[in-house]
Amino acid sequence: MKQINNILEHFGGVLILCVRSFAYLPSLPLQWRRLIEQCFLIGYTTFPIVAILSFFIGSVLALQAGYSLQAVAGQDFIGALVGLSLARELAPVMTAILLAGRVGSAISAELATMKVYQEVDALVTMNIPPERILVLPRLVAILLMMPVLTISANLIGWLGGAIIAQNIEFIQLDQRIYFQGIQNFVKFRDILDGLIKAEIFGFFVILVSCHVGLRTTGGPREIGASVTRAVVISLILILVLDYFVTSALMKF
Amino acid sequence: MNQNAVENGERQRSSIGLKIENFSKSYDLVPVLNNISLEVNPGEIFVIMGPSGSGKSVLLKHVAGLETPTNGRIIIDGKDIAQPRTRRELSMALVFQAGALFNSMSVFDNLALYPREHRLYDRATLRQKVMRALETLSLQDAAKKHPSQLSGGMRKRVAIARALVMEPELILYDEPTSELDPTMAATIIEVIADLREEFGVTSLVVSHDRDLALTIADRVAILMHGDLLEVDTPANIKRSENPKVKDFLNPVIDIKNPRFKKKDYSS
Ligand SMILES: Nc1ncnc2c1ncn2[C@@H]1O[C@H](COP(=O)(O)OP(=O)(O)OP(=O)(O)O)[C@@H](O)[C@H]1O
Ligand SMILES: [Mg+2]
Repeated sequence: MKQINNILEHFGGVLILCVRSFAYLPSLPLQWRRLIEQCFLIGYTTFPIVAILSFFIGSVLALQAGYSLQAVAGQDFIGALVGLSLARELAPVMTAILLAGRVGSAISAELATMKVYQEVDALVTMNIPPERILVLPRLVAILLMMPVLTISANLIGWLGGAIIAQNIEFIQLDQRIYFQGIQNFVKFRDILDGLIKAEIFGFFVILVSCHVGLRTTGGPREIGASVTRAVVISLILILVLDYFVTSALMKF
Repeated sequence: MNQNAVENGERQRSSIGLKIENFSKSYDLVPVLNNISLEVNPGEIFVIMGPSGSGKSVLLKHVAGLETPTNGRIIIDGKDIAQPRTRRELSMALVFQAGALFNSMSVFDNLALYPREHRLYDRATLRQKVMRALETLSLQDAAKKHPSQLSGGMRKRVAIARALVMEPELILYDEPTSELDPTMAATIIEVIADLREEFGVTSLVVSHDRDLALTIADRVAILMHGDLLEVDTPANIKRSENPKVKDFLNPVIDIKNPRFKKKDYSS
């Protein structure tokens, strides 16, 4: 009972935080410096790890596809398989998971520390709503950066697949055929669906991390607990949302 | 005096008073403050003294509107602080006991945040105002430092300087002179008095500092274990017959018979 109550409270809190933050949207042009700073922060903490991971995910996809398809001499479809898996599913989900680990944890730690050491209270006494300067720029920044990160993940993953497909002995698929496969099978719609998913996951990861950070009370131990909680909630949310958003997108 | 203020580019300030009505606060059913009522007049310097843990910081947090009372109301300038728009209409600053500086910003940016966010001045005026506040508290060399590079007393001074830059009509100080050397403490006392002289700023000061309470306060309140024992002028408080108040203001240090070994010590 208490658990359910807790979950509902979190849910309501996240919603309120979202509405309150976007109520300050008109102040965004005045905060462009903060917005750019957040974009860079998200970009340079997440991009390297997204690049490495998507490269290897693309590679292993090509490897697995090549291994399974060689039995039926279907190597020509490796490009389609790698391309679609990445665009529709793996790039957005993986980017969001890395975002939760790299950025979500950092945000919840920073905001929790500010809350525990009364910096948030100080903002309130200065009539500076914490939602305006702490949450809004981060939410907008992730909406801007998530497509960039996801498209990079797609491209790097495809490249990883191509290199493996061409150079592994039992596959030896010509790069032209590989990319032809991507071109023929991956439609704009598939990439768009992936970007919509990424946008939704990224937004919720940041929103939840801000929310969990700002409702921290207590001391240093609670800061650590908040970081863990933010990451765990984010991961669950990504995978649950993944199912529902994917099935919703299929209906359109 | 007013002429002087205009020349310095100060914003117009008016004096505001505050009223605490039947205020009580409990945390998880543990009472911290019981039925406090007091009134601070516009332009007054009101000092609250009391032993550690008596609830002074909790009271200030409620006056600043950071927490909601269990019972009672706090009225500032005729408006209930529980109303969200009250704080927007007031100009009030709180100097936190622990400073509550923004750790990710330099000292200069800590002071500049309020005027910047509220778009009060152009760049040159802002710089001049911030530097003047820093100079008042002998902090001009620390402008570029970050809070983690400061000593405890410096952090306290930055917190006070940050409140000065806000040019509020009501300032709440939580132990402004603790952690400071005697000269610096005297400076702070002078600053508080001067703000009243020049701009009619109302000050609600929580302090253990007898010099502060007995030299510049208009009235002093003694808070003990969540109860308001006395509210009076410094002269009358000094002459108080209440044994608890007497012992608090002039504790006799008796090595032969230390108070922590007395029977009624914890009461
Ligand atoms: N958030 C809280 N939750 C529970 N109890 C609290 C909380 N904040 C304060 N208290 C309790 O309220 C009492 C008063 O605390 P407060 O910080 O106001 O003391 P104080 O008078 O400012 O003391 P000091 O002079 O040492 O700063 C203490 O017993 C403290 O344990
Ligand atoms: Mg205190």
